[in-house]
Amino acid sequence: MSGGSFYQRDRQWHPRAYDPAYKTSVTRSPQKALIALDNTLSEMTGPVFGHDTLGPLDDDMILNFAKDGEPIGQRIIVHGRVLDEDARPVPGALIEVWQANAGGRYRHKKETYLAPLDPNFGGCGRTISGPDGSYRFRTIKPGPYPWPNGPNDWRPAHIHFSIFGQGFAQRLITQMYFEGDPLIWLCPIVATIPDKAAIERLIAPLDMANTVPMDARAYKFDIVLRGRRSTLFENRMEGN
Amino acid sequence: MVQSLDRLKESPSQTAGPYVHIGCTPNFSGIEGVFPQDLGTSMLNDGAKGERIRIVGRVFDGVGTALKDAMVEVWQADANGLYPSPQETRGTADPNFTGFGRSAGDMATGEFVFETIKPGNVPFKDGRPQAPHVTLWIVARGINIGLHTRLYFGDEEAANAADPILSRIEHRSRVATLIAPKTMEGEIATYRHDIFLQGEKETIFFDV
Ligand SMILES: [Fe+2]
Repeated sequence: MSGGSFYQRDRQWHPRAYDPAYKTSVTRSPQKALIALDNTLSEMTGPVFGHDTLGPLDDDMILNFAKDGEPIGQRIIVHGRVLDEDARPVPGALIEVWQANAGGRYRHKKETYLAPLDPNFGGCGRTISGPDGSYRFRTIKPGPYPWPNGPNDWRPAHIHFSIFGQGFAQRLITQMYFEGDPLIWLCPIVATIPDKAAIERLIAPLDMANTVPMDARAYKFDIVLRGRRSTLFENRMEGN
Repeated sequence: MVQSLDRLKESPSQTAGPYVHIGCTPNFSGIEGVFPQDLGTSMLNDGAKGERIRIVGRVFDGVGTALKDAMVEVWQADANGLYPSPQETRGTADPNFTGFGRSAGDMATGEFVFETIKPGNVPFKDGRPQAPHVTLWIVARGINIGLHTRLYFGDEEAANAADPILSRIEHRSRVATLIAPKTMEGEIATYRHDIFLQGEKETIFFDV
């Protein structure tokens, strides 16, 4: 693969850095304007992770922390494709995911929610997209959980995603939500995204066609990374 | 009506949240036995070419508190200025150097540490050399979209002065936020690079 600089990021489409309804953003959002940086090789290249990075259970959160049984909860498959803004597949994209257990509890020292840990659930997984950009992993559906922001804020059920494309400028962390969850539209973190159509891009539909009968339901979640210009008409380097 | 551009929109970002370490550095966060090693823990092996250096720093919020739930990633060229990437067409990068590092920061202090090498020169798009630099990407709870910035080296004064990106920054007083001073800690050159998310010392962040 080769290519030129990445299409400019649409900062009106992405969440606002500063949003007082998400209180932690108040002291953690830059207040000065970002400075535009024409992509150089430092932004157009990025780390590459081969399939040999992965272990056999990395994409199976039902089994990758199982101790004396399988985790409690709704068995699901999450699958989709990693594409760029020109709808081209992005192969070889490392996708890392993390989530709460079925009761909405994270396996983390600083987590204080009273819902119990599941001894058989760790909550992390990873996979790499195939030649057609496709990926999938198996897990249990995470529960919603309360969090300290407003006096009674609840996160909708969600899975965190971290994605590497081909260039470091494509680096993205986002969250996947589940079709039909009424908490999506009450969540201050979701609402940092100003455009309803943008929020809907993060809501995975139930996908009965990919469900494994009598075993696990499927949700489809496509991920779009930044596209890149053709190098054909780009300014050539001096002396070329 | 005109024809459609048929372009997709990038998936919108969401904050990494307070538990990014579960997914990105699970061993650090106490989830052991799932991945053998956290990604980006080691950037080089003994065969790597170049001067060994250490990059350290903390990420501060607008009231001067160091973040303890951030994740910092670095991406840099090897000692010859080459990236280990299929997009790199100028040569083959050092196979003993990954160019990529990831740090969860110290549990108690929030300090991130990268044991790496000093990168060589990478050209600007017009072919002029850029000063040696490291790209940083910072995510945390309360950061709604990952922040891109760069580290330049305090002992590269001449290269920094000629750098095509640094020299175009309008507010000259802010350039210093990108330049890490060098100190010697024992034998090893250490560059301290604190990141300020807000305030008078707010670090320059780039729209890349
Ligand atoms: Fe979460």
